[in-house]
Amino acid sequence: MNGARLKFRDPELAKSLAATLAKLVDDIGRPVAVMHVCGSHEQAIAKFGLRSMFPKNLNVIMGPGCPVCVTDVPEVDEGVVLAGNGVRIATYGDMLRVPGTVRSLSDAQALGAKIDVVYSPAQAVDIARKTDEDIVFFATGFETTAVATAAVIVSDPPKNFSVLSAHKYIPPAMEIVAEMPESRVEGFLAAGHAATITGTAIFEPFVERHKLPVVVAGFEPLDILAGLVELVTLIRNGTPRVVNAFPRCVSREGNLNAQELLWRVFRPIGGRWRGIAHVPNGNLRLRDEYAHVDARRKYEINVTALWDFSPPQLANQCICGDIMAGIRNPIDCRLFNKECVPETPVGACMVSNEGTCKIWHLYGGVPDLSALEVAS
Amino acid sequence: MCLGVPGRVIEINGSMATVDFWGVRRQVNLDIVDEPVKPGDYILNHVGFAIRRIPEESIAETLSLYETLMKEAEDDAMAADVRAEIAGAGRVS
Ligand code: SF4
Repeated sequence: MNGARLKFRDPELAKSLAATLAKLVDDIGRPVAVMHVCGSHEQAIAKFGLRSMFPKNLNVIMGPGCPVCVTDVPEVDEGVVLAGNGVRIATYGDMLRVPGTVRSLSDAQALGAKIDVVYSPAQAVDIARKTDEDIVFFATGFETTAVATAAVIVSDPPKNFSVLSAHKYIPPAMEIVAEMPESRVEGFLAAGHAATITGTAIFEPFVERHKLPVVVAGFEPLDILAGLVELVTLIRNGTPRVVNAFPRCVSREGNLNAQELLWRVFRPIGGRWRGIAHVPNGNLRLRDEYAHVDARRKYEINVTALWDFSPPQLANQCICGDIMAGIRNPIDCRLFNKECVPETPVGACMVSNEGTCKIWHLYGGVPDLSALEVAS
Repeated sequence: MCLGVPGRVIEINGSMATVDFWGVRRQVNLDIVDEPVKPGDYILNHVGFAIRRIPEESIAETLSLYETLMKEAEDDAMAADVRAEIAGAGRVS
């Protein structure tokens, strides 16, 4: 990383936003921690070296914003078991290396399982149309991505197609973080494109309950800086509310058509998020009306057979959960960039391009001092 | 994974649109888009589905980040996500 990375559309504006941010944190006069919940935000922060522009007293933490990373071990096991039973699995590439209890999908593939990488649920349906084999789409992603899965489910897919849903719903996870006793998070930066679907209104009850401000921000470096200025202003003024700092993409009510489809197909149920906690209403499962497309009802999936083996030793040392809860950083993990690298990930946060550990591995997440003069 | 990628609508055929992403033409599903779309509009594509019609006045701003990213190396995480989003749209047959 070097200063050349800082390619801002408008460097002057970036500088003045950084100065405003510094002034606001100064006004508060103590360290402030805020959390964003989006892999793309972390990528932009790391890629454009934004942490070096943040005031020293402002800690911007990445929360559980990587859907692949919070896919729980037993969910991966379900995919592995199905694949082992001869079902062909179609899934996003990031899912292949996510560790299960004893193996990942990629290990299953090495043992002969048929796994297709797709970039869209529609591509999984296309595969099913061209074959007699059973195809299970192992679906992951937050609500934005779940809507696309819902769209193929209601479009009368072929009989040999079904969905193993590991979709997650982000608002309840914010509640969990807000309620963690050790959490110091004083405000949230919500992801622009997820809010495109849900609208900003979804955060209003959260703000009401926890008295923590939420600002919806875009992905441009300038959008992120502007979003943080809004957020820290609300913290300083002690006026928690929802602010839409990304109006060019997000409205208060969101995409109603998409919301209707999402809740027509899915219902929220509680479940564990890897490393985090049990998240009430955090998992999206198919409703009874779509039981015929639900892999969990179509097949008997017995994952307990996998659990006779003890989990790999190293995985016990993974602190992904603490990282996503904002309590620790990747560099606090003894395995980071040693035993745990993207080629041989120990924890799920090193797998996905949206995982904090992978992002810090790629770009380096610690403040980049060479670029500090930009902030002055 | 929710980054999405903007593209320009060339042609519409039922619920599918042919969309241009920096010279690459792909098929994007319009089932869940928030507003009616016509040729010439820009949409935000996520895993093969248009999730938003980008308002006229914010097209330039939206494109600029992606233009920076498209110039990045293959192994850049954000660039890889953008390419995956383009690959998520169907091939034009
Ligand atoms: S570096 Fe690897 S083992 Fe350590 S917390 Fe991150 S993913 Fe887990």
